[in-house]
Amino acid sequence: MDFSFPPEVEAFRTEVKAFLADNFDESMLDVTHDGTMHVPELHAALAAEGWLAGPVPKELGGGGRTALESIVLNEEMQLARAPIDAMGVTVITAAILMEHGSDHLKETVVPALLNGEALTSFGYTEPESGSDVAAAATKAVKDGDEWAINGAKMWTTMAHIADYVILLTRTDPDVPKHKGLTFFLVPFDTPGIEIQPVPTMATERSNATFYDDVRLSDDWRVGEVNGGWAVMKTALKYERGVAGGQFMSPPVIDAGIDWATNHERADGTRPIDDLAVRERLIRAQIDVEVCRGFAYHCADLANEGAMFGVEGSMTKLFASETFKRHCREIHDMMGAEGLLTLESPEAHHGGLIEEALRHSPVTAIYGGTSEINRNMVAEGFLGLPRAR
Amino acid sequence: MIGLMRTRYSEDEVAVRDAFFDFFANECPTTTVRAAAEGTGFDPALWSSLAAMGAPGMALPESLGGAGAALTDLAVVADVAGAHLAPVPLIEHAVTARALARAGGHDDLVAELAEGSTLATLALRPPTGDTARLVPAGAVADVLLHHCDGVTSSSRGNAPGIKLPNTADLPLAHRVISDATAIELDTDGWNRTVDEWRALTAVAYVGLAKRAIEIGVAYTKERIQFGVLIGTFQALQHGFADAATSVEGAHLLAQRAVWALETEQPGASRLAGMALLFAAESARFAADRSVQYHGGYGFSEEYDVQLYHRHATAWILQLGDPAAEYARLADAEFGPVMGAA
Ligand SMILES: Cc1cc2nc3c(=O)[nH]c(=O)nc-3n(C[C@H](O)[C@H](O)[C@H](O)COP(=O)(O)OP(=O)(O)OC[C@H]3O[C@@H](n4cnc5c(N)ncnc54)[C@H](O)[C@@H]3O)c2cc1C
Repeated sequence: MDFSFPPEVEAFRTEVKAFLADNFDESMLDVTHDGTMHVPELHAALAAEGWLAGPVPKELGGGGRTALESIVLNEEMQLARAPIDAMGVTVITAAILMEHGSDHLKETVVPALLNGEALTSFGYTEPESGSDVAAAATKAVKDGDEWAINGAKMWTTMAHIADYVILLTRTDPDVPKHKGLTFFLVPFDTPGIEIQPVPTMATERSNATFYDDVRLSDDWRVGEVNGGWAVMKTALKYERGVAGGQFMSPPVIDAGIDWATNHERADGTRPIDDLAVRERLIRAQIDVEVCRGFAYHCADLANEGAMFGVEGSMTKLFASETFKRHCREIHDMMGAEGLLTLESPEAHHGGLIEEALRHSPVTAIYGGTSEINRNMVAEGFLGLPRAR
Repeated sequence: MIGLMRTRYSEDEVAVRDAFFDFFANECPTTTVRAAAEGTGFDPALWSSLAAMGAPGMALPESLGGAGAALTDLAVVADVAGAHLAPVPLIEHAVTARALARAGGHDDLVAELAEGSTLATLALRPPTGDTARLVPAGAVADVLLHHCDGVTSSSRGNAPGIKLPNTADLPLAHRVISDATAIELDTDGWNRTVDEWRALTAVAYVGLAKRAIEIGVAYTKERIQFGVLIGTFQALQHGFADAATSVEGAHLLAQRAVWALETEQPGASRLAGMALLFAAESARFAADRSVQYHGGYGFSEEYDVQLYHRHATAWILQLGDPAAEYARLADAEFGPVMGAA
């Protein structure tokens, strides 16, 4: 057992901290602007640093960054409240294209993604298929030299600011569902695409996207025809190093401690002197250390080239469920003052805690719901039979 | 070792684990746990065999008759001892011996403790007057360490107390202390000793919890209701999945705490406190789920899972109310409560 990073990784952490101090400030986060956490200046700076290309293997033209370095970048960005969503989508899509894409995609799209000029989005989920992602029904049919795509995707987050979507389609409806899937990279300026906003209970928005006889040449296909599930596995593989969410809580807890320490209640006491508040905050700090353990464990496994599945499920499950609880408890502690949203000039900490509270439910839904992750742990870790 | 970021057992640690796992599997089936419970809660024969394996002196300096292994190695043994609810005070004995070794000037005694021929323990809470109440292993240990008003003292030769019937049939007893002599261990040194107890007990809790889940899962793969294995019910699966996730998190935190103590990381004491609280809560939750998913049989004396439930409840309470432990951590993190008396 050894829970310390190699010196070169600690040096990288120092570099990341300095980079964030120079290139990011919480005031740059403005979800009200376009309904996303995306900060274009930060994205460009990450690209310029070569950090978007970082996790893509060297053989595939990337930076060959280790999983340990990826987790450190991830950790520091989340602790600084720097958004990691666009970075994640970019890295995963670039890796998919390098592994499965045509030469055309490798030569034109990948460089644009990695140097920060182009953004992509994920098009897996549909109105009728979410957790059962392999049940996708959006149709792609070969018509001469072209593919004709028809269907609808739900929750195509960032589509309205992105240039591409990596689209999961059905190319063979007559075989078992995993065997008839094909991926395409679809430019949003192709005729026949419509993007409609989907507002949410938080300030962020997502999109529904519609595909009406969208015509693409075979150059835009990603992976084999009917080989979509293999591409999906690549996506999951790269999520290992870059996918985040393990350190969502610390900024909220820090804001909560700050509030509890500096706010006086009507009776003149401070919340931080209330034993119930103290215990809740300490429990939250303990959960953060547990999340850190999970994050480092996954990085250790990925670094050794081990495929991990259940460990990722446990991490996601624990981090999102505890994040929801932390938000709830810290928000409660503020009483009526906590109700002020980020649009209110009087909101504490710029409305951070209230915004986190409304955002928190989705963390246990997207990227695999808590129930799906519990299924994975039950079957993959405990060896329980398939559920009824 | 430093700088590897290795969150799993090394090959050497796996070898130690396997050897001690086999040992406890053979020497300490639950019939042994139950037999010890009828008496003092201590099994002298098991302790002798464990001593023959070198466990008591494992993490003591070679110059004092120990094996010079790291606290992280001892933790590997604590893990499997916990999994088997071993009726031996290995953790109390080892951290007490390490404290005496650090204090210096007790070479002969430490050598005896390394051999395991003498049993030692510590009063986790300060005595009141001349009595330390409910001392872990107080019913069986000869050497007792206690800490009061900034002074750590050692005593020996006082009669072991009488085991008081308790939740998990642990060898808990009051100890009347006489002829105690102060040792060279200041408050920091004492706190370090209790932190070692916290971190190792956290690891033992993880062993207990994993086994409690294993027992429960195995049962749900045999028991049929409504014509199907109860293990196919998603409600049960999700309860186990939550428990297993929590226990895995506890494992990573407890191991990190032990490692941090061993390598003297700045946040080691904080991690040890956190690890114990989280591991205890995870283990209690795991044992609760496992009893629940046994149905009525889980409540019956005959089934082993209830032993795990009772031990999960008991271990941390030897130190005190968990709420006081949370409060202690909060004081360190947020400063003392203002306006408190
Ligand atoms: C804000 C937001 C952003 C998103 N961004 C994207 C994106 O960019 N790209 C993209 O492709 N998708 C995206 N998603 C979609 C997300 O991944 C899905 O919402 C998620 O996978 C769940 O699918 P569903 O919503 O269809 O729910 P369902 O699958 O219909 O689930 C409904 C409920 O049933 C439970 N359930 C389903 N199956 C099981 C089972 N086998 N066992 C037990 N319980 C089960 C679920 O856990 C859930 O509680 C986003 C979603 C949201 C809300």
